[in-house]
Amino acid sequence: MNPVLKIILQRLALGLLTLFIVSIVIFTAVNMLPGDFAEAILGQGATPEAVDAIRRDLGLDQHPVARYLDWLAGAVQGDLGNSFAQANFASFVGADSGVRVTVAQQIAPRFANTMFLAGVTAAIAVPFAITLGILAALYRNSVFDKAANITTLTSISSPEFFLAYVLILFLAVLNPVLPSLSNIYADMGFGERLQKTLLPALTLTLVVTAHMMRMTRAAIINLLASPYIEMARLKGIKPMRVIVRHALPNALAPIINVIALNLAYLITGVVVVEVVFVYPGIGQLFVDSVKIRDIPVVQACCLIFAAAYILLNLTADILSILSNPRLRHKK
Amino acid sequence: MSVWLTLLIALAAIAAGGWALRFAGQKLTGNKPVFRDMPYAVAFGYVLGAAVLVFAVWYFFQPTMTEQGTPVAGVMFFRWAVQAFIGFAVAAYLFRLLGRHVGTAGSRKMFRQMPLTASFGILVILIYAFLAVFAGVLAPYGQAEVFQQVNALPGGNAATGGNPDHLLGTDQIGRDLLSRLIYGAQNTVGIAFATTCLAFFLGGSLGFLAATLQGWFDQVLSRAVDVLMAIPSLIFALLLMTIASAWAGSEKWLLTVYMVIIIAVIDSTRVFRLARAVGMNIVVMDYIEAAKLRGEGLRYLIFREILPNATAPLLAEFGLRFCFVFLTIASLSFLGVGIQPPLADWGTMVRDLAQFINFAAFSPLTAALPLMAAGAIALLTVAVNFVVDWMLYRSSGLKE
Repeated sequence: MNPVLKIILQRLALGLLTLFIVSIVIFTAVNMLPGDFAEAILGQGATPEAVDAIRRDLGLDQHPVARYLDWLAGAVQGDLGNSFAQANFASFVGADSGVRVTVAQQIAPRFANTMFLAGVTAAIAVPFAITLGILAALYRNSVFDKAANITTLTSISSPEFFLAYVLILFLAVLNPVLPSLSNIYADMGFGERLQKTLLPALTLTLVVTAHMMRMTRAAIINLLASPYIEMARLKGIKPMRVIVRHALPNALAPIINVIALNLAYLITGVVVVEVVFVYPGIGQLFVDSVKIRDIPVVQACCLIFAAAYILLNLTADILSILSNPRLRHKK
Repeated sequence: MSVWLTLLIALAAIAAGGWALRFAGQKLTGNKPVFRDMPYAVAFGYVLGAAVLVFAVWYFFQPTMTEQGTPVAGVMFFRWAVQAFIGFAVAAYLFRLLGRHVGTAGSRKMFRQMPLTASFGILVILIYAFLAVFAGVLAPYGQAEVFQQVNALPGGNAATGGNPDHLLGTDQIGRDLLSRLIYGAQNTVGIAFATTCLAFFLGGSLGFLAATLQGWFDQVLSRAVDVLMAIPSLIFALLLMTIASAWAGSEKWLLTVYMVIIIAVIDSTRVFRLARAVGMNIVVMDYIEAAKLRGEGLRYLIFREILPNATAPLLAEFGLRFCFVFLTIASLSFLGVGIQPPLADWGTMVRDLAQFINFAAFSPLTAALPLMAAGAIALLTVAVNFVVDWMLYRSSGLKE
């Protein structure tokens, strides 16, 4: 078998195994709740009969291992259970319990919104960070380099909500060019959606740029002392061309790696930013569910976040193998 | 004329200016190498920088009030930002100057080699430590003291809805905001510091144990840490906080204790990784072998042989870890599941005061309130990062 394919398959298997164990951890953590779901659904007006009925309904009278397998089998097929809050709401207004809102129905549109936000952020942040990194490497130790360094270090160490509110202050309140609340609904044109997503995307860009830019700069500068760069310089090529044509392709491995890691970071950063801008994404749903202890939604969101995180880390791993011949042909 | 057209014209003027600068420089200096070999991008950069500087100075001296007496918020915010920036830069410079002349020979030498960013960082950390320790003395009122007047505007001007007793005004239930801001240093920073210490105690001791004992102990712990690290930390913390809030019930202080434990455990996995890696490199040294042959116990090995040799990387990690913990706690509090009232805390303050930002055009000082709390968080993490950056630079010997 092709050695590269073998390594990739190994990594994929390892990623699946990790995801499986993570799902066990999430399930165990949720089962550490005092009382159980039945009491949580019914709240204060729980009679023993009603609790028993719901327990049977949800399968809570079964063994934890059986329940875990049941949940996992459902999750793999896209059935993540029913939301407590929605069930509560339905019973409150006296609706038939047959028309339950499933967690999957709740998550699906929000997941698409979050992906859109992450996509817009990546489309802005990645070219911006790499250009900045190349320029910083080209004019290293100049005023520009130092200013870029200090600015990005400052923006990466600030909390997301600080950057978000500063951007709101300047781009939404004082100079109203962008809306400060991203109320996005289903049938919205692409242009309008983009405009409403721009402010959260800019905030996230500020957060992730620093890491990518610093890595681009460091990876390129690392190579500048090598003999082949010296040779290119002695040939009389312009400094910009030396960096873009000769140094950058060899520096690509760490840069790609750090980009994938930062996209994974976006997934955690997105929670706070979505809350600030009331962006209807999965992070907002997660935080709301945490506050009202809507366990099935929390569980499902957590699983999705973990899966995306593992997947992107895995991608980083595989891409760095693919882009590095020394790792590709292991001795 | 639209804003974009103005920007476009300005950009074109700067582009022409860059070319003119290089051309004029070549002619006037008789083709000196500085101008002869200057790429166009560099000339463009110089002119752009000069244009930005001129614009900033011009904007700084714009009037802060219109003739009708309404404030021009943009200019006011810009002035505050520039004044804060210059103030901190001067303070950092003076602090470095002081460090160069006072203290032991070692500390004087350290201050001589220090960049301005690092001395700024150390100064800010010292100020925060001072505020945190003496918050009870410095704050005019208690952190949970409730006053008659709610939502008093900042500025202390009674005519515009302020109150001279409350310099920064009061919040929605009538607590003094200046006091809460000062107490926030004690609570937010103190809790973050305690959490980081706990994380280091857990992760560090287990990591060194794993490095010394190796075998199954190391394997079990390392795999467990791998799994915990595969879940994004903020998400995992939120999940566990859901459960903790059910455990704690109505006892709010218990929830804060749970939060400290949860974040400490999550962050100790990162510390464990580093401590184990550093420990592994030390364990193979000859002097460890000698100590083992002498018959020294495990405690002696870890505390007297490994720990002293691992302080430098662990210290840098402590700074970074503190930043992460601090930001996580602030984010959790901002989301409403972190530090619980009545403790004053910056993350919660930002959330409570956030809507004031919409009043920026009418009362800039009010709009600055949430930014003050958020900026207090940002300032400390930036300061710690600057110091750690400098420490890493020094210890790695990166001199390019």
